[in-house]
Amino acid sequence: MELTSTWYLVLAAILFALGATGLLVRRNPLIMFMCVELMLNAVNLTFVTFGNDLNDLGGELSVFFVLVVAAAEVVIGLAIIVAIMRRRNEATADDLSVLRG
Amino acid sequence: MQLVELVWLVPLFPLLGFITLMLIGRRLGEPVAGWVATAAMGGSFAAAVMVFVGMVGLDGESGERIVQVKLFDWVVAGDFSVDIGLLADPLSVTMILFITGVATLIHLYSIGYMHGDANFSKFFVYLNLFAFAMLMLVLGDNLLLTFLGWEGVGACSYFLISFWFTDEANASAGKKAFVTNRVGDFGFMLATFLAFFAYGSIEYGEMFSGAPIAQSTATAIALLLFVGAAGKSAQFPLYLWLPDAMAGPTPVSALIHAATMVTSGVYLLSRINPILAAAHDWAPSLIAWVGLFTALFAATIAIAQDDIKKVLAYSTVSQLGFMVVAVGTGAYVAALFHMITHAFFKALMFLGSGSVIHGMNDDQNMKRYGGLAKLMPITAGTFIVGWLAIAGVPPFSGFWSKDEILVSIYANGDIFANKVLFVLLLIAAILTAFYMTRLVALTFFGAPRWRDEVTGEAFIESDEELPLRHPHESPWTMTFPLVALAGAALVAGGLNLPFTKDLHFLEHWLEPSFFFEGKDNIFHDLPSGGTKWIVAIIATLGALMGIAAAWKLYFDKRGGTGPESPPILAQGWGYDNAVTSFMGGPGEKSFDAMAEFDATVVDGAVNGVGKLSQIGGGVLRKLQNGLVRSYAALIGIGAVGVMIYFLVVGA
Repeated sequence: MELTSTWYLVLAAILFALGATGLLVRRNPLIMFMCVELMLNAVNLTFVTFGNDLNDLGGELSVFFVLVVAAAEVVIGLAIIVAIMRRRNEATADDLSVLRG
Repeated sequence: MQLVELVWLVPLFPLLGFITLMLIGRRLGEPVAGWVATAAMGGSFAAAVMVFVGMVGLDGESGERIVQVKLFDWVVAGDFSVDIGLLADPLSVTMILFITGVATLIHLYSIGYMHGDANFSKFFVYLNLFAFAMLMLVLGDNLLLTFLGWEGVGACSYFLISFWFTDEANASAGKKAFVTNRVGDFGFMLATFLAFFAYGSIEYGEMFSGAPIAQSTATAIALLLFVGAAGKSAQFPLYLWLPDAMAGPTPVSALIHAATMVTSGVYLLSRINPILAAAHDWAPSLIAWVGLFTALFAATIAIAQDDIKKVLAYSTVSQLGFMVVAVGTGAYVAALFHMITHAFFKALMFLGSGSVIHGMNDDQNMKRYGGLAKLMPITAGTFIVGWLAIAGVPPFSGFWSKDEILVSIYANGDIFANKVLFVLLLIAAILTAFYMTRLVALTFFGAPRWRDEVTGEAFIESDEELPLRHPHESPWTMTFPLVALAGAALVAGGLNLPFTKDLHFLEHWLEPSFFFEGKDNIFHDLPSGGTKWIVAIIATLGALMGIAAAWKLYFDKRGGTGPESPPILAQGWGYDNAVTSFMGGPGEKSFDAMAEFDATVVDGAVNGVGKLSQIGGGVLRKLQNGLVRSYAALIGIGAVGVMIYFLVVGA
């Protein structure tokens, strides 16, 4: 079994799907965050695979940008979530439904 | 600018009178309000005379006398456009002349008749509105404008019949008139729709000069318009509102139910003579036979009525039947001639009866009249002129016009049915002379069947208590119109004397309005010599026979009132009762069923649409649940959908 880039793409797709499903299904904000990270990393894997296939350095460069953005987002978002979670452990995303019709 | 183009002045005056009296009538009070209304009608009459003079100066042969004055656009809806336009042609000018003339006299009469009534100015508001509507009916240049006037006169008739509406009977009479007319209006409306589909326009000029249409369509339109005319002109079976309409004040009966509104049906049939000519032959025959049936039917009922106004009402129905017979056999000139003379003598007699009723304490039963000729000389004298006119005694106008109808029917083609029509109509004419003589004998002659109010003495022997009465002549505002109308009833015969062709003024005058496919539609060939005079002599003999028979039976110096009238005739052959019981019984049930249907099915459907929107909204509302996750899910699904679209369809 030769490890072609297809394998990597399939893996990235599976990781992305898992992340997306998890984001939609789970209620705990920390878990939702982890799922977002999972999706971002799946995209990174896809970028690198294609960069290797097409001999383009742009793929690996994009990974840099995505990682920077992810880190910044985690810093701020996680800080907020942890601050909220300290107050109430059982806070969920559903609590934001004040604007229901 | 020609004088004829000022025809819009004719309906303008009553309209202004109506508006003025509506605004400040109550403040003007009695009798100024009455004089304002009369002046408005007088102005209208002057304008009508002016238009007539202008038209005389135009050439009749070349069609110059048909003048259309367009005032402004009314309905503009795509292909369908109607404007407020007036058609001044000999037919309409004839109508407006006698309408405004008689109306002015009746307005003057009403000032005296309605003296002391609490709603004096309101009466004149309605009268002027009626005059305006009637003039628009006659002058309109398209079916819709005529319909406007048609409905207007129907509405005013309702207002005026139930003028004293605090009495239940008067209010019902008004309702009955309006509802019965509505049945006729339904026919008119259907005819208008059909005419629009057939001709593409409902304007008379365009309808009659356009391409000819299928015969069955023309028949349908003509018969539907006849239904409308039957409602307005009180033909069988829609006549039963007219006797009840006598509940209104007598000037109303004179104006609306003798001279003007009821003639609008005959006018309409004359106006659409090209359609009648284009229809199947049996359509005008049907019209003629319905008219004949009405004429005979109403005449038989009239001989048995005791209420003076009811006799005149049934007489009107019968005379309208005469006019409809004339129209049905193509003798339009005879019909219009009779319409004019009838307007004069019938209005005269109604006003005269009003004068009598006024002087007899509002008692309308002829059985309690008698011997009034000496006490009300002017009323009696003018009434006698009207009586002789309607009976058809030469040289009064009624003789000439009725004779014209009889001769036209007799001599129109060799159709056997026409000969039968002639004989039956002659019988109706004899009955006319009979019942009118009965009325005159019972009212003005014979011994007084009442007691003098001042002295209390009775003039005849009687077992029962005779009423106290003080008959007196009416004031000049009431007697002047009587004299004027009597003069008209005397000389109106001169409009169309049958002696030589040159004296056929009315016939020559009306020619431009009666044409079909380039040739004229008027029956010109009155038989020369022999037949004409024989018919005239037969008609006169018949009239004299009727007069003599009635005089013998009903003129009684000892206060008798003649033989008792058969109850079946007095009740109008039971037709009125039949209609009432039908409407009250199965009629009412079906009306209730219709109302039910409307409330549940129709309203339910409309409400159902609203409910549907509500349910749909309720379902869609569930999408907005405020949950971030479901919004994120929707974004994801949408993104996937867009991607699939681009992959499958290609950008």
